[in-house]
Amino acid sequence: MSVANIQVSETPQVLYALRRADDALILGHRLSEWCGHAPMLEEDMALSNIALDLIGQARELYTYAAKIEGKDNDEDKLAYLRDVRQYRNLLLVEQPNGDCAQTLVRQFFYSAFADLYWRAMMNSRDATLAAIAAKSEKESAYHLRHASEWIIRLGDGTEESHARAQAAIDYLWAFSGEMFAVDAGERSLIHAGIAIDPEGLRDRWLNTVTGVIGEATLTLPQNDWMQQGGRVGRHSEHLGHLLSELQSMQRTFPGLTW
Amino acid sequence: MATPNTPLWEVFIRSRNGLAHKHVGSLHASDATMALQAARDIYTRRGEGLSIWVVPSTAITASDPAEKGMMFEPAETKIYRHPTFYEVPDEVGHM
Repeated sequence: MSVANIQVSETPQVLYALRRADDALILGHRLSEWCGHAPMLEEDMALSNIALDLIGQARELYTYAAKIEGKDNDEDKLAYLRDVRQYRNLLLVEQPNGDCAQTLVRQFFYSAFADLYWRAMMNSRDATLAAIAAKSEKESAYHLRHASEWIIRLGDGTEESHARAQAAIDYLWAFSGEMFAVDAGERSLIHAGIAIDPEGLRDRWLNTVTGVIGEATLTLPQNDWMQQGGRVGRHSEHLGHLLSELQSMQRTFPGLTW
Repeated sequence: MATPNTPLWEVFIRSRNGLAHKHVGSLHASDATMALQAARDIYTRRGEGLSIWVVPSTAITASDPAEKGMMFEPAETKIYRHPTFYEVPDEVGHM
């Protein structure tokens, strides 16, 4: 490729914003892959709407990250000119769409967290993060409702939809723990009141997830071993393929606008 | 493409307080809750609404287009039913 990667000075605060921005961008991009391919028009639109909400959140978080970094970077450079090892998103959000069940279980695990997370972040001492949280909170609340209703219908639907939903839960469960992980840099932001401690959300998250999964006649795996690595750039094989598509235009035609 | 088993719903949106819900189109959904979500996602993406109704299309009884003459033509010659023969005083303002 002809365009060099940018370098990012990852202070704890920059990294914090970057991680959340990457979550939103990668999940938004994944959902956008359904555009024109979903099994029914209604769901095609629903998934595209959610994708747009997430990409909107990503833009605000990238812009904020670039501003506090105070270098030459901007939202576009952060999205298009970092390599896979520089991406800081959760492994959960980069997992492939699979079938509808896998897409919706992934969305459900993430949205059940994001809903609580953004609501808590409205009290951040950082005014920009609090403002982004106030906007994102309403979006995430709907994403959660949308995914929950689907999980219930897939799980408590036909034999095949039940089996597919259960397979998606079994596959994605090990990626859910990373949402609650905190490193030393984030710990300092939590103490400063800029970030919130995700550990404080875990019980409520599990409560929501267990409730919906139970209503859907599905079960959570007993296994509590969790994958991690996305937050420090150790990704699954899937992210590289995703980025090659997401970044292809800017890598081929640097600075392209339309 | 919707599966043949997915029921059809008619969607009504109220755009502002004080206005009536207005028919905007239809969609396929498995039940009322899903229809309401789909209506939100399809018909209110550009801030069109404050309230949504969804109604099963099968609940609607429609007039027969073949009976158009009997149903609607008799009204066409009764122009005196339009309230256009009254002088409205200027002081009334917009009516």
